[in-house]
Amino acid sequence: MSAVTSSPASYALVPEQDGLLRLDLLGDWTLAAGPPASAAVLDEVRAQPAECLRLSGAGVKQWDSALPAFLLQCHEFCRRNGMQFEALDLPDGAGRLLALATEVEGHQRPEVPAGTLLQALDPRAGLRRLTDALQDNLAFIGDVTLAFGRYLLGRANTRREDLLNFIYQAGPSAFGIITLTSFLVGMILAYLGAAQLAQFGAQIYVADLVTVGMLREMGALMVAVVMAGRTGAAYAAQLGTMQTREEIDAIVTLGISPVEFLVLPRMLALVLVMPLLVVYANVIGILGGALVAAGMNVSLIQFLQQMQQVLAFDHLGVGLLKSVFFGLLIALAGCRAGMRCGRSSAAVGQAATAAVVTSIVYLIVADATFNILFQELGI
Amino acid sequence: MSPRETHIEVRDLTMAYGSRVIQRDLSFDVHRGDVFIIMGGSGCGKSTLLKHMIGLFPPAAGDILFEGVSFQQADDEARFRMRRSWGITYQTGGLFSAMTLAQNVGLPLQQYTDLSPAEIEDVVAYKLALVGLGGYQDYYPSEISGGMQKRAGLARAIALDPEILFFDEPSAGLDPISSQLLDELILQMQESLGATVVIVTHELASIFAIANNSVFLDAETRTMIDYGDPRILREHSAQEKVRRFLCRGAPEPAGTRV
Repeated sequence: MSAVTSSPASYALVPEQDGLLRLDLLGDWTLAAGPPASAAVLDEVRAQPAECLRLSGAGVKQWDSALPAFLLQCHEFCRRNGMQFEALDLPDGAGRLLALATEVEGHQRPEVPAGTLLQALDPRAGLRRLTDALQDNLAFIGDVTLAFGRYLLGRANTRREDLLNFIYQAGPSAFGIITLTSFLVGMILAYLGAAQLAQFGAQIYVADLVTVGMLREMGALMVAVVMAGRTGAAYAAQLGTMQTREEIDAIVTLGISPVEFLVLPRMLALVLVMPLLVVYANVIGILGGALVAAGMNVSLIQFLQQMQQVLAFDHLGVGLLKSVFFGLLIALAGCRAGMRCGRSSAAVGQAATAAVVTSIVYLIVADATFNILFQELGI
Repeated sequence: MSPRETHIEVRDLTMAYGSRVIQRDLSFDVHRGDVFIIMGGSGCGKSTLLKHMIGLFPPAAGDILFEGVSFQQADDEARFRMRRSWGITYQTGGLFSAMTLAQNVGLPLQQYTDLSPAEIEDVVAYKLALVGLGGYQDYYPSEISGGMQKRAGLARAIALDPEILFFDEPSAGLDPISSQLLDELILQMQESLGATVVIVTHELASIFAIANNSVFLDAETRTMIDYGDPRILREHSAQEKVRRFLCRGAPEPAGTRV
């Protein structure tokens, strides 16, 4: 690297009389030269009981941070073991840096009682975490309900522009992806049905399958899954970032309820937009199904005629009811994850993940519940 | 090595975001061993200038040379070598929140040296002790105060014994005692490492305590209006704006300004 001949860092440990131990440092003590790690040297020192450790830097040629880093470890070692520490003939500057580094006494981290494995497996602790989460969830739903009540009375601090903005973000800007996914889901339903129905020569019933399948089930579920990933995660990340940047603190101290100001417009937007998106997704999905059916010798006219026979308000109503609930659940999961976010950038990522995972679990549980309920009610 | 050797050379630099020009025609030299201050009112482009100097933003026109070599025109390997010789602290610390202080300070060492984990541990302990954070290795940035985060950021910046230290508003958000201690620390680092220090600040106390060279950026004319030792500029600057800035708006008595 340089014209100066380099000699690797080395040391010599020389015991002298009167409990004095001399440690001579020799050669280049630079990060590039790879200095000896202090732990190994200090183990040797420990093996030779002495009252005083006297370092001599007279043999040091080039040096950088490696030298004071080593000196500091020696200094700390002597302090811990009640030995005297002397450093002689240090290069100019190294002594000053050592003095600076030892000016403030090292901080001792207070002992935190470490949890044992048994404690971690304690079912009571798990149960307590679960009930805490449940309680927190209920409290959040309660806050939102109260805020919604105030909104209905026209007394909530919810800005109209915010609401419109969130409706735009959740609705029209999601058209592209909703179009793609629901068209493909309609096609998948048709392929799935056609293969089975063709065995009975009943391809025409593809129209029934696609229509009922989209209206009752797939339309709402697909839109909900897309919105959970797209909008629910965005809500969590937005609110989480506001939390880390102390924006939510500012809202609270301005005397504004963050639930009214931040959560309510997001929830309302999603609940309003979801049924509309589902109607749109249904139309596109049935079109996709019709396209596949046309490839199986079911003409568009036949398809529409067959569809007309099964098209009932019940099916559409079931899908729309689901979509409203799904919107509510996605917004709830996303906003709660954001509002309860920690204050670091890592926590924002965790909040977004939590929002998507929670909302998808919510969606599937809710969908199953709805289907059981409607089966029993005969709708 | 003469003390007035030019270390960083800014030549006819124009900085712009798209078509919006922030500052134009900036030309000045930073000499080796200088404590150089970039000052000016809020929003004049101080931090933007710093980000240009450390190569985060490309200049709209002009160039910045380090020991006569342009960072913009250098190849990847040369850029790597230049970056290795810089230490940078960011306005809000810029510590990685998912890593402990020891991992934060150890990262550049891991990246740029062949040291073993035990050796890195020694160097990390020393760098943290230098900034008064000895023993805080296992803390996460969120567990320590803002002033401590700033000092931990400094520990990371000096991990590789940089030749140039860049500071973006080092004392913003610190109490007067802490910011004075930080000033002393910067001076001591500068002396013992022989580093060149470039600081963005508008803290007058810091400016007069540590600087020996400076440039004043003006937000209205969008260019530098003076350049030199701030203690001399305070008395003898040809620009009234600079003299007023450095005398904290005096001579008007306090309270008359709206």
